Amino acid sequence: MTLTKSDLVQDVRDKLRFKNRRKSKQHFLFPEMDCVFLSRKRASEIVDGLFEVLKRTLASGEDVRIPGFGKFQVKFKWPRKGRNPQTGEMIILRSRRTISFRASRKLREKINGGAPSP
Amino acid sequence: MNKSQLIEALAKEENLPLKKAEEVVNTVFGDMEKALVRGERVEIRGFGSFKVKHYDGYKGRNPKTGEVIDVAPKKLPFFKVGKELKERADVEY
Repeated sequence: MTLTKSDLVQDVRDKLRFKNRRKSKQHFLFPEMDCVFLSRKRASEIVDGLFEVLKRTLASGEDVRIPGFGKFQVKFKWPRKGRNPQTGEMIILRSRRTISFRASRKLREKINGGAPSP
Repeated sequence: MNKSQLIEALAKEENLPLKKAEEVVNTVFGDMEKALVRGERVEIRGFGSFKVKHYDGYKGRNPKTGEVIDVAPKKLPFFKVGKELKERADVEY
């Protein structure tokens, strides 16, 4: 199974509840039911907004650290000589910027079943 | 940027109260973490995908003392940058 954006949108809808400003009769019977859910569209916009903020930050060259998850780093790669593996022809690979991710120790340990990893 | 700055930026971007933006950030990263712990892939179009890679154990050496040590097999999450982020991050300067 693959976790995709639609799974995230669904979970954000399940978790985010807003207080109902208009008091209904429901309020007295089931106070926990008296709330407003996000529409699928709005939840989708919010999840997109989160990834847009992440992309914009990384594109500006700033790293992002999420404690307990990991950090996204912008790395500079120097230009180098390479070869086209198909034709063997020499090519110059220009300098570029890429994003690398390093999982936090906590996440690495969880993935390895709680065993400490070096 | 750290998590609280991300929460603030999201709150501003989407006109959300800070508390709700925090719930969104925790939900999204929590879900991605849980998927990876289950060994599942995560794929976010335009941003990137995560998968758990298995690394075999090998005999390594402590570069300082030269002693041989066994490196146990391990799993590490691997992130592949999505096309859009890759292109946006790779600006000429």
